[in-house]
Amino acid sequence: MRSVREALTASRRAPLLSILGVVTIAFSLFAFGLFGLVAINIRKALEQVEERVEVRAFLDDSADIESVAAAMKDIGEFPEVARVEYVSKEQALERARKEMGEFADVFEAGVLPASIEVYLRSGMRDPTTVKSIADRIRTYHFVDDVRYGEEWVEKLYRLRNIATVAGLALGIAFAAVAIIIIGATIRMTVLARAKEISIMRLVGATDMFIRLPFLIDGLVKGVMGGLLALVFVWVANRVVNEYFIQTIFFSREMIFLGVVGGAFMGVLGSLVSVGRHLRRV
Amino acid sequence: MIRLTDVAKDYPRSGTALAQISFEVKKGEFVFLTGPSGSGKTTILKLLYMDDKPNQGEVWVNGVSSTTASGREISRLRRRLGIVFQDFRLLEDRTAEANVRFALEVTGAPKATIRAKVSRALTQVGLASKATSYPRELSGGEQQRVAIARSLINDPFVLIADEPTGNLDERATRGVFQLLRDINASGTAVIMATHDLDLVRRSNYRTIELNHGRLVFDSAESPLSARPSDETMAEIEAASDTRENA
Repeated sequence: MRSVREALTASRRAPLLSILGVVTIAFSLFAFGLFGLVAINIRKALEQVEERVEVRAFLDDSADIESVAAAMKDIGEFPEVARVEYVSKEQALERARKEMGEFADVFEAGVLPASIEVYLRSGMRDPTTVKSIADRIRTYHFVDDVRYGEEWVEKLYRLRNIATVAGLALGIAFAAVAIIIIGATIRMTVLARAKEISIMRLVGATDMFIRLPFLIDGLVKGVMGGLLALVFVWVANRVVNEYFIQTIFFSREMIFLGVVGGAFMGVLGSLVSVGRHLRRV
Repeated sequence: MIRLTDVAKDYPRSGTALAQISFEVKKGEFVFLTGPSGSGKTTILKLLYMDDKPNQGEVWVNGVSSTTASGREISRLRRRLGIVFQDFRLLEDRTAEANVRFALEVTGAPKATIRAKVSRALTQVGLASKATSYPRELSGGEQQRVAIARSLINDPFVLIADEPTGNLDERATRGVFQLLRDINASGTAVIMATHDLDLVRRSNYRTIELNHGRLVFDSAESPLSARPSDETMAEIEAASDTRENA
């Protein structure tokens, strides 16, 4: 209780410093949040693209319908496979005509082969899995050719990995900057109260007792900075949505995690700077 | 109660601050710590309130040993010590009363007892009427009295004073010194670092003299002469003269 009061008194005594602290925390978390938003949107877009990863097996004209049905049943039981669909020659023609529009007339019945389309479960669409499925399907004697856009799948995956690593690296960098900034603003408060702290130590206050108000100060600043950053990110997201592209916003859990993250950074920052000060004097 | 055994202290930059220091202080004793500036007086006091640890030897204060003391033990020890400095170390933005109360509040003393203790301590130093004054409204002597009241608030068994009269004029010096004597008379030990040789001469208290980090004289050990040698006395005076003229 005393610590809370002390923390509040400290903020009241140096309101400008406190506001500055909260705003800097907010800005660093804002940068962090913006990146996070970009990251989740890239992820979302990739997921949508990924859903279209499929393996298509073109069938020999001589393929008899029973063995194809048996093969489809087999393939459908692969653990990686979500569903299997049969596309007859007629359906293939119809689809092609629809896609080609004005050139629809070029196609004649019998030009396009029948095929089976294999859709994979999510999480099973990485290049290695896709390739192994394709190879297995290729072993059926009535399968003429298997296509799954090898290069395309690999590129997609590389892009996703780059996005994940970049997101992680930048996220850590931003978090580090936020912790340093919080540490610095708390340090200013610590220095402003250096005399008070030295007297507290002389009369026998424990380090924890001295530290607690600063930790609470850091916590409150972290949470406030986090909430402010949330408002900034939300506004930024609205603007992008309004004038540029459709984006998704953080889920409730993510927002909660972000604010908790702010609080954590605040506490960590103040822990570092107060700890350093207490060791020195 | 207080025992230093073969204590040495080196600082990485300034070199040896203390070497081979051994002495004991008994309960209720009054001890002067004298010597020219830089002789190690302040370092000894710092070791006593365990703001620093010796590189060698042991400082033992009321059951707490410098070799084993934890942070918590040191905090507890300091609650039983009174510490006073030349520059008073009062918080400028608080009244005399709040400054004294501060020492109780930050050690988690029960609220109910604080008010009575504070007013008793201020009365003891003769400042009951100035409880609501801020440090800047008080004279140097009065500020030092507030600092002493703060140091007395936890009923210390020893008062450690580092040049407590160093910033005061003669009249204030006499007043503060008399206050320290009264405190000592009521049973609290006093260890006072000073280079005010008049004070040392006028009173008949035990005197420990330091020079270049070594203990050169302890009146408790040399009963024949209760005064530092003339040689070192001259050195001390010369040092303090130089400082006054500077």
